[in-house]
Amino acid sequence: MLNNFPLWPQQASTLAGRVDALYIFLLIVCGMMTLLVFAFVVFFAARFRHRPGVRAEQIEGSTALEITWSAIPFVIFMVIFAWGAVVYFKERTPPADATEVYVVAKQWMWKLEHAEGQREINELHVPVGRDVKLIMTSQDVIHSFYIPAFRIKQDVLPGRYTVEWFRATKPGVYHLFCAEYCGTQHSGMVGDIVVQEPAQYEAWMNGGSTGPLSASGEKIFAELGCATCHRNDTQGRGPNLQGVFGKPVQLEDGRTVNADENYLRECILDPGAKRVKGFQPIMPTFQGLVSEEQVNALVAYIKSISPAKPGEGAKTSAKGAAPLAPQEFRPNGSQVQ
Amino acid sequence: MSMEIAIPKPVERENYLNKEYGVWSWLLTTDHKRIALLYLISITFFFFIGGFFALLIRLELLTPAGDLVQADTYNKLFTQHGMVMIFFFLIPSIPAVLGNFLVPMMIGAKDLAFPRINLLSWYLYIIGGVMMLHCMLIGGVDTGWTFYAPFSTNFTNSNFIEAGLAIFVAGFSSILTGLNFVVTIHRMRAPGLTWSRLPLFIWAHYATSIIQLLGTPVIAVTIVLVAAERGLHLGIFDPKLGGDPLLFQHLFWFYSHPAVYIMILPAMGVVTEIIACFSRKRIFGYSFVAFSSIAIAVFGFLVWAHHMFVAGMSVYAALVFSFLSYAVALPSAIKVFNWTATLYKGSIHYDAPMLYAFGFLGLFTIGGLTGLFLAALGIDVHVTDTYFVVAHFHYIMVGGAVMGYLGGMHFWWPKISGRLYPEGWARLAALIVFIGFNLTFFPQFLLGYLGMPRRYYDYSHMPEFQVLNVLSTAGATVLGVGYLLPMVYFLWSMRYGKPASDNPWNAAGLEWKTASPPPTFNFDEEPIVTWEAYNYEELDAPHKQEVPVAR
Repeated sequence: MLNNFPLWPQQASTLAGRVDALYIFLLIVCGMMTLLVFAFVVFFAARFRHRPGVRAEQIEGSTALEITWSAIPFVIFMVIFAWGAVVYFKERTPPADATEVYVVAKQWMWKLEHAEGQREINELHVPVGRDVKLIMTSQDVIHSFYIPAFRIKQDVLPGRYTVEWFRATKPGVYHLFCAEYCGTQHSGMVGDIVVQEPAQYEAWMNGGSTGPLSASGEKIFAELGCATCHRNDTQGRGPNLQGVFGKPVQLEDGRTVNADENYLRECILDPGAKRVKGFQPIMPTFQGLVSEEQVNALVAYIKSISPAKPGEGAKTSAKGAAPLAPQEFRPNGSQVQ
Repeated sequence: MSMEIAIPKPVERENYLNKEYGVWSWLLTTDHKRIALLYLISITFFFFIGGFFALLIRLELLTPAGDLVQADTYNKLFTQHGMVMIFFFLIPSIPAVLGNFLVPMMIGAKDLAFPRINLLSWYLYIIGGVMMLHCMLIGGVDTGWTFYAPFSTNFTNSNFIEAGLAIFVAGFSSILTGLNFVVTIHRMRAPGLTWSRLPLFIWAHYATSIIQLLGTPVIAVTIVLVAAERGLHLGIFDPKLGGDPLLFQHLFWFYSHPAVYIMILPAMGVVTEIIACFSRKRIFGYSFVAFSSIAIAVFGFLVWAHHMFVAGMSVYAALVFSFLSYAVALPSAIKVFNWTATLYKGSIHYDAPMLYAFGFLGLFTIGGLTGLFLAALGIDVHVTDTYFVVAHFHYIMVGGAVMGYLGGMHFWWPKISGRLYPEGWARLAALIVFIGFNLTFFPQFLLGYLGMPRRYYDYSHMPEFQVLNVLSTAGATVLGVGYLLPMVYFLWSMRYGKPASDNPWNAAGLEWKTASPPPTFNFDEEPIVTWEAYNYEELDAPHKQEVPVAR
């Protein structure tokens, strides 16, 4: 038992060092504050212990002292706050060209599917030195995808995608935990993150793949008859999906949304919620008809037919570029308004 | 605990304990002091139930494998531990026992503003408590005390609705206590007792009452929504019906974060009284300590989403809530500095209540400072939902609130019971609690940073966590002994303890200017206050050798 007794978690991602640096800073700052308070308490308690005949000296207070011991901690707090925010924004901003892995959580397992088509359960193989972005959703309750060695954690919710990313730095096998209580076998919802050298990873990747995720998505797209309306020209009853991912879309209700993974997902499961301007509410809902894996495959397919890299569209819209006019999606006059 | 609080002696002065006898004189009493004792008995009962669950949790975690109980049983244990300890022990603890007993006495009133509502709030608490007990007996709940949707609304097979209703009913008890205190403090202060002359215990209870009044209705609404969603599938939280599970978390934490301040603010008030008394000094920076309580109550309502930094919330929202969390940390820091400064040039006595206050100071400081780690966004991502959080909030809620509660019980026990407890045992218990507490919860900070998630009953996948878990379990047994001791010697003292004088500590405050135990209407004549709070320059040192008072 004692020969395996770590006191510090392994560092195996680019983020781990950043988090640990802030943590060590806090340990030092808070340790000093604790020692300071304890030292004063112990010193005062000993120095001013009751002695017969010696009375306490009544002191009203000191505004100068109050201001000092409010202002100094406040400044320290703001340093911690700002540093913590910087680390957090790094953690929360996946690099644009990251390799994508789709994660479906369910009671009580993790199902993972690489963009290349490899599927895994409770295990994720990743290469050293490559940015990996996890696009995650849950089939049932809220779970949380936690890799302590990478210092990352993100809740996984039903009904939407959440993302997290990492770049592994050290080959090895690391714990994967579900960190949000999810029912009976919550503590069984654990797995391994296998970080490999790129060559080993390629070898693993080449064994037994069923083809890329987007290819299965294309197949599902055809099987479900999506192509009947979502045609590759301007004649369809639904928007042409070529190149739509990552672009701003103008909605019937006047809003403009960015066509990210969450938007595509919502359009499949709840088509009426954010209908593209100029189209009739004729698309049926696929809620309950497609599995989370099939939704992921469809999203991956729609992304694959968009030439732009994921993330670039978001950047464009953030800079305030004009939204894509609905006409670009819309057939000429074939729509009844 | 027995209902026979004191053994009558033929020559004893009439007081609230011996005025009437019989079960009905207790169950239908409107005397705030008797109601306080009713609460004392009931929360002690729930404390030991919650503590028993905690012990089973710690025993299960002694080994990595899930071998003592089954997964579902474990999930119910930590759920019921949390629900019982929070809603049926910590929230009522200091306000409903010590607050009930002391708020009217400290302000020179005969009773609370609404004595019958006070009794009603105890009955509501008991109804809620019986429902919770019934719920546990027929199988218990496995949602975690946080009952996150959609697990609680659509997935759990356990009887959440009954547990939810139990909390709902007990919540009204909390609201009514808060209401009673607010009105009493505003309207019933003795002549001359201005706001700036109030004991800081009263300020702390005033701030607490505001949170109880404004916050508790939100958890009631949340419970109703969860029950409605569970029964009627309304689609409030269920994304399949267009609902939003994050909405639940916002509603839940809007109450449940301020609820932490319901637990800790009264303990701060207790510790302030104790430190002043045993330093023989006016508290340093009275108005800063007073207004920091109000600041905590106000800012406490603005930080709820710091429980949700990895929940899927916008990064900008996270930024705001992180900033506000540092803002709320400041008034707590100010309190710690003022307590420390109060010791300066004091004449410090090491009686048992003061030992508890020292313990509070140490544990609350550690608990508060580890809160800074959790408020730092980048670190929170790693440590949230791990044992780091578990350790942090136990340092605040057990190290802080329970230490404060025990300190207060020791400080005011002579007033409440009219008897003295054995001082040596009390000091020993304070030491055992302090050591046991640290041994239990300090290893959990290390476990948390290592990455051990909370609410795991089986960690055979990561056996490297065992050593720290063994330490923690060992500490829990020590802590258990530390908590049993005071109950034993308090009960013992009711029969065998030496009678206490009216003011055994020579403490300032109106509650010490009447008999121990006090008469039913607290004061023989209405006091008129002409002095400032904590006028220790006019008081001698505590009576070290208590001589039985001839009565």
